[in-house]
Amino acid sequence: MITILTDALTIAAKDLRNEFKTKQTFSMMAIFAVLVILVFSFAFDPTNNAVKAVIPGLVWVITIFAGILGLNRSFTSELENDCLTGLRSGPIDATSIYLGKVLANFTIVTLVQIISIPVLFILFNYRFTGSYFWFILILFAGTLGFIIVGTFLSALSANAKNSEMLLPVLLLPLLSPLMIAAVQAMRAALENENLENAVSWLQLMSAYDLLFFAACLLLFEFIMEGS
Amino acid sequence: MIKINNSGPIDRVLFYILVPAFLINLYLIFVWSPVEKVMGDVQKIFYFHVGSAWVAFLAFCVVGFYSVLTLIKPKMERFIYAGISAEIGVLFTTLALLTGMIWGRASWNTWWTWEPRLITTLILWFIYVAYLFVRKMEGSWEKIAKLSSVFGIIGVINVPIVFMATRWWNTKLHPVVFGEGKDQTGGGMEPEMLATMFFSIFTITVLYVFLLRKGAQIEKMREVIKKAKTNIINKIAS
Repeated sequence: MITILTDALTIAAKDLRNEFKTKQTFSMMAIFAVLVILVFSFAFDPTNNAVKAVIPGLVWVITIFAGILGLNRSFTSELENDCLTGLRSGPIDATSIYLGKVLANFTIVTLVQIISIPVLFILFNYRFTGSYFWFILILFAGTLGFIIVGTFLSALSANAKNSEMLLPVLLLPLLSPLMIAAVQAMRAALENENLENAVSWLQLMSAYDLLFFAACLLLFEFIMEGS
Repeated sequence: MIKINNSGPIDRVLFYILVPAFLINLYLIFVWSPVEKVMGDVQKIFYFHVGSAWVAFLAFCVVGFYSVLTLIKPKMERFIYAGISAEIGVLFTTLALLTGMIWGRASWNTWWTWEPRLITTLILWFIYVAYLFVRKMEGSWEKIAKLSSVFGIIGVINVPIVFMATRWWNTKLHPVVFGEGKDQTGGGMEPEMLATMFFSIFTITVLYVFLLRKGAQIEKMREVIKKAKTNIINKIAS
């Protein structure tokens, strides 16, 4: 058990070091997230007061769009020089590869959020009145679920030639229940009213996270065998 | 080697049940069952709609079942059954969505409403299509069998959560407008209508089983021909 975790940390550290050296994926994701905000500001007039209603949804739209860019690279970058074969043949459990990738992707997407969400609030002139605690908790639960399923499917679609196109098609239908819950919870937290509502949505999100985490952990071995 | 039983006795029995059942079903739907008071003739589409929606979900359960079996022990036959079931599932999900839309336009005056069952069916359709995309990957069938089974299992886990989430979403925001049952009558359906509905569900389920078996046979033949072709090519080359 402990070896699985330490191996996972090693793999995550390898990915993150690689990322901090080039900063390519991260900067692309951040720029893309800001560009999405820009496009949305053309679509919905930011000076209009009614736009406040779309802010909770926009937080998740930019997270998913930017996140998919990073997830696409997560396993296809290992295909160069047959690194994935090296990882597989190493004396480590398949689950630690998965855990490591989840950790690395989660860190990168969280860093992108730290940049893009304040930019969203500034560009849409949004005054934050909700509670920070609930906002961060919901953001954490939603992003974690997204990364859990996303990393798993990224490993699956890396086997295809058109993996960049396949990943969103596989990922978005599976994310739909999480996104319904995340947007509703975020709305309740941002408007700072009926927090019970937010709590019950948060319960659904944690149930989704736990269920898919268990399922992905169990099934990941088969993906590694198959590829 | 894959076995092909071209005209198995089960298939023949299924076929001889299917043809009269369909004729009786059409008679029951269009002649025997009473016309609905409020909606009139439009309500007749309900019998096809419920049947296809049921088969859509059943086919998906079959995909999940064969996916688990494939992961336990990869066999060509299980892999083929999962794929054919998904293909028929796409067909019936599309039918359920289209008939539902036509009916909804006539009775609720809207093509589409964000109601739990509708959203769940739509997402089911997307998962089916994604599953078929996974199967279209290039590579050996063992590899595709593993990957697609994994996706099939994850998809089956997802469907009940989608239903729960959408149901929760709607009841929290605004009351359920259309009553509990899609038939809008709750428990008070005419016994003739109920009988017709069950017979219709039965007929469409038999159709599904028949299509599943036929589709699997065609797929197996394709595999045999593929093998024979490579054999001949190898012989000529050597």
